[in-house]
Amino acid sequence: MDLLIHHFWELTITGLAIGAVYALVALGYTLVYGVLRLINFAHSEVFMYGSFAAVWVLMALGAGKATGMGLVGYLVVGFIAAMATSGVVALIVEFVAYRPLRKRNSPPLIALISAIGASFTFSELMGLRDKPLKWFGLEGLQPYLGRARENLPLTLHVDTKRVFPVFNYQVTNIDLIVLGSAIVMMVILDQFVRRSRLGRGIRAVAQDAEAAALMGVNRDRVIRLTFLIGGVMAGAAAMMYLLKIGVTRYNAGFILGIKAFTAAVLGGIGNLRGALVGGFVLGVAENYGGALFGNQWKDVVAFVLLIIILLFRPTGLLGESLGKARA
Amino acid sequence: MTAVSGFFHGIANRFRALPKWVRVVLLVLLALLVYLLPILNPPLITTTGSDFGAVLFLCALYSLVALGLNVVIGYAGLLDLGYIGFFAVGAFTVGVLGSSHAKLPLLLCIPLAMVATLVSGILLGAPTLRVRGDYLAIVTLGFGEIIRLALVNTDWLSGPRGISNIPTPPSFHLFDVPHVTWQGFTAYLDLENTTDFLTFSVTDSIPYYWLALTCVIIVLFLDKLMQNSRVGRAWEATREDEDAAELMGVPTFRFKLLAFATGAAIGGLSGSLFATKQQFINPDNFTIIYSVLFVAMVVVGGQGNRWGVIVAAVLLTWAPERFRFLADARFLLFGVLLIVLSVFRPQGLLPPRRTLRAKEADQEAPDTIDAEGVARA
Repeated sequence: MDLLIHHFWELTITGLAIGAVYALVALGYTLVYGVLRLINFAHSEVFMYGSFAAVWVLMALGAGKATGMGLVGYLVVGFIAAMATSGVVALIVEFVAYRPLRKRNSPPLIALISAIGASFTFSELMGLRDKPLKWFGLEGLQPYLGRARENLPLTLHVDTKRVFPVFNYQVTNIDLIVLGSAIVMMVILDQFVRRSRLGRGIRAVAQDAEAAALMGVNRDRVIRLTFLIGGVMAGAAAMMYLLKIGVTRYNAGFILGIKAFTAAVLGGIGNLRGALVGGFVLGVAENYGGALFGNQWKDVVAFVLLIIILLFRPTGLLGESLGKARA
Repeated sequence: MTAVSGFFHGIANRFRALPKWVRVVLLVLLALLVYLLPILNPPLITTTGSDFGAVLFLCALYSLVALGLNVVIGYAGLLDLGYIGFFAVGAFTVGVLGSSHAKLPLLLCIPLAMVATLVSGILLGAPTLRVRGDYLAIVTLGFGEIIRLALVNTDWLSGPRGISNIPTPPSFHLFDVPHVTWQGFTAYLDLENTTDFLTFSVTDSIPYYWLALTCVIIVLFLDKLMQNSRVGRAWEATREDEDAAELMGVPTFRFKLLAFATGAAIGGLSGSLFATKQQFINPDNFTIIYSVLFVAMVVVGGQGNRWGVIVAAVLLTWAPERFRFLADARFLLFGVLLIVLSVFRPQGLLPPRRTLRAKEADQEAPDTIDAEGVARA
């Protein structure tokens, strides 16, 4: 209890920062769910590929300790690499695992199995990344790969600096970067879905796919777009995750994916702003719970919170539906 | 692709046309053959990299799990992503009662474990089954994780160290069964290598396989009775259209809870079998990935068809062991297999007959409507 009171602001800020990562990944789940009514189980792998892309690109650029404009440059490159890779991987997942099923009008649960299969496949591909090198005699690339089943650290090193105080806690520069970029991404996405023509297409398909098709919305294109946006957001989350945690591995997406999905459900799945609220609430609640009951009970607190909220608000905090709520 | 299921349903139809005594004899013969599998060690099927008896035990165990989860997913249509939680509760009840906090005999532990899981199923189901569809999936997923984390973090349950010395079933020595070995396709009786009937020990998995198989057969039988009863029809109605079922006077919530509790109890039974076979359990045996695997078994097999889920459970357990020489790539291939299966057989390996009939009816119905529409225009 003391811990919670004394470190209240620290727990809140760091909780918000990790919550921002959850929220960005949750957006991917929520978008796909809103349009396809499908839990995209492979989304965690989309996130994981983004994190690897960022690590590799920064490693190739020789990013080490960085400050000032150099840091900004590296960050921009890292974000772009992660977002592009994740976006592409999300499109591949859609093409391989979902499109064939959609064409055949298969029952919804089988899509979940296909998604699980895709998740296994992609995560194992990363877990076996050292094999092809041996076949092609490219051992020189070994330092980039690290050990296939172990952690791969981010080489970019950002010195933790205290920037400004919030009550008794000094906000660090990493918290600031993570929260700031997350909020920028969220605002852009929110405005995109609310105002742009493509965003209107997404909302239309989410509301009534058939009517949208009759009105001339290209459903397949909208679905591809949702996967792409979800992937890009997951890529941004991957870069933030790297800044906070510092390492990634072939199954890094798994637990994070579950948390993010929990966040999406918490806020009301299918609802973009719900995913954001859910992510932040989950991140903060986890931190408080960890301070109250000990860190090892953190995840339990998160899930219990989810169950309690669903009992009182069966469709999540903000309710579902991507279509009706105007974002 | 329909050829495969057509083939199986052809067999099923021909089987049904046989007189009852022939059917019983055939089933008994089939059961005998399955019981003797680890003794026969048939070439091509037998696993070279790992103990065939142990693999068969896992196949039987996961068949049991799949049957239990089939009640929840296949019959009642509730997506449960936390089934490993019940499995864990069953295993740890046996561990706590049989080893770490009391020394009860196993045959008493198993029913108690089933009661414990039944109760935990009701405790989880009562508040959460009012939540519909995909929300239930995440709530159950959370439940599975809560159970695992609670096991890791509770000292009373031995924490991450786990529980060892779990009691075995009572053994009594009757006779030795010699194994069959193969050279090429010629069979030899190997008198050196025998299985003790019936001694449960760490060195020989085959008696455990027999035990698990017996449980599978009993559960299969009860499952058939239950599905054909009023309860089974109520589940089906709830699954197909909950509102309509409620309007027709089916207390859907109570039946969903019943399905959940039944599934949980079977999960508990399989968990306790697992515990006694391993004699050592720790929380790492019960990670989320297993829940996912169990759901895959049910859906790949064809939700609602008890034979289908057994086939899928055996296939998905046996294949990674048989192809162990693929080593690291096994799980990659497993993932690819799941995608390929869902793309080419979206209704599962062996869809239940009702689904087939419903599909045919569906295909006929729109035609007639179209014809009328055209006629009116």
